[in-house]
Amino acid sequence: MNPFEIFAEYWPRLLDGTLMTIKLTGLGALIAALVSPWLALWRVHGSTLSQLPLRLYISFIRGTPILAQLFLVFYGSGQFRPLLTEWGLWNFFRDPFNCALLVFAVNSTAYQTEILRGGIQGVASGEIEAAKAVGMGRLLTLRRVVFPHAYRIAWPAIGNEVILLMKASALASVVTVFDLMGRTRQIFSRTFDFSVYLWAAVIYLCITAAFVLLWRLAERRLSRHVPIHTTGAKP
Amino acid sequence: MTDQAEIILQAEDIRKTFGSIEVLKGISLAARNHDVISILGASGSGKSTFLRCLNFLETPSSGTVAVHGEEIRVLNGRPQNPRQIEQVRQRLGMVFQQFNLWSHRTVLENVMEGPVQVKKLPRAEARDKAEALLARVGLAERMQMYPSQLSGGQQQRVAIARALAMEPDAILFDEPTSALDPELVGEVLKVMQSLAEEGRTMIVVTHEMSFARDVSTEVVFLHEGRIAEQGPPEEMFTNPQSDAFRRFIAKIR
Repeated sequence: MNPFEIFAEYWPRLLDGTLMTIKLTGLGALIAALVSPWLALWRVHGSTLSQLPLRLYISFIRGTPILAQLFLVFYGSGQFRPLLTEWGLWNFFRDPFNCALLVFAVNSTAYQTEILRGGIQGVASGEIEAAKAVGMGRLLTLRRVVFPHAYRIAWPAIGNEVILLMKASALASVVTVFDLMGRTRQIFSRTFDFSVYLWAAVIYLCITAAFVLLWRLAERRLSRHVPIHTTGAKP
Repeated sequence: MTDQAEIILQAEDIRKTFGSIEVLKGISLAARNHDVISILGASGSGKSTFLRCLNFLETPSSGTVAVHGEEIRVLNGRPQNPRQIEQVRQRLGMVFQQFNLWSHRTVLENVMEGPVQVKKLPRAEARDKAEALLARVGLAERMQMYPSQLSGGQQQRVAIARALAMEPDAILFDEPTSALDPELVGEVLKVMQSLAEEGRTMIVVTHEMSFARDVSTEVVFLHEGRIAEQGPPEEMFTNPQSDAFRRFIAKIR
C-alpha cells in the first residue's frame, strides 16, 4: 500500500487519536494553568520554610523523566489497589487515561509555576506601588496589575511548555491510552507499513503549528501596549 | 487663632530605621486644608522616605500618622488593619517620581482605574470625569494612547489626573519633576501650580526652588533625618536661620 492508501483507510483512527492527544494535552495544561498561579504566588511571597514542600515537588518533577512519573502512577497505583479501593479512588486510577492526565497536569503545573514565578517577579514594582497608592487591596492589585503583566512576560514560555507537553503526551500510548501515538502504533502493528509514522509526524506538526499561530495572536493582544522598537533600517 | 483651617494630615514624631541606619529621626508635620507644603533637602536627607511614610508605602518604625484625626494603627511594624490603610490611601493621592502609570492600560483607563475598581463608580460616570480631568491637564487628544507613547511630562500629567480622579483630600508628590528632561519640567509645574491656586492640599518633595518659593505656603527643610528649618517660604529664603539650609540654598544657586 502506498502512504495515501494507508491514510485513506485509517484516517478515522488517526483522527480519533488526534482528538485524544488534544484532549489529554489541553486538559492537562488547563488544570496546570488553574493551579500554577497560586503556587507561583506562594513561590514569590511564601516564607523560605513554607516553600520547602513546593520546591521539593518542583525539583522532583523537573529532575525525573515524565515516563518514570507515568509508570510510578500507573503501575504504582496497582500496588496500592486495596487501599485505593477502600478510599474509593481505585475507579479513578484503573483508567490509564486518568493516570496519564494526572501525571501531565502535575508535571505541567510544576513547570508553569516556575515560569509564572519569573513573570510575577518581572512586574515593575512602581506599578504595584501605584496600585497600592490608589487604595487597591492585595487581590485587586494582583488581578488588575500583577497578573496582566506577569502573563504577558511569561506567555511565550508557557506556550513552549504546552508544546513540550503535547509532544510528551505521546508517552501515554505506553500505558495503553489510544492517543495519536497509540493509534499509530496500533495501525503499524497491523500493516507493518512505517508510513503511518510519517502521517503521525505530520499531524503532530500540524497541531503544533496551529497552536503556535493561536498563541502568537494572543501574545500580540497581550502586548499591544508595548512599543515596537524598530531595528532602525539604515540607509 | 480661631480661624484655623481643618488639619487634614498630622504626622507625629515619625522615625524610620533601615537595618541599623536611622533615616528619619523624629519628624512631625501637620497639613491643614489648602496648605501647599514643600519638603526640601539634600539627597539622603530622608524626604522621600518621610513622604512615603505618610501613606504607608513605608511603615514608620515609630510615630503616628493621623488623617482627619483618624490615627493609623501600627502593630509589630505593620499596619494593624490593611482596610484602614486602603481607605486612607484613597484620601491621599500620590504622584511618583517615575510616574508609575500602568503601562498595560491606556491613558483614559489609567485615570478611570481607581474610581471604577476601588470606589466602584459606574463606568460611564468615571469616564466622564476622567475625560474632564485629562482635558484639564491638556491631554484630551491622547486619551486612547498607551503611556509608552507619551513623553515624560505628559505621563506625569496623566499621573496627576489619576491622583485627582480619586478626589483626594491631599496629594503627595514625590519629586514629580526629577525624572523629566529640563524642557518638560515647566508643563508639570504649571499643572501643579494651578492645583495650588484652586486650594488643593499638597505635600511636595521637590528640588524646584521656584516652586517652593513662589507656590508653596510652607517650606520644610530636612537635614540628616530631622527638620532643620521650617516656615513661610519668603522668610526662609530671604533669611535662612540654620547653617544647613543656608548652605543648601547657596549650592542650589
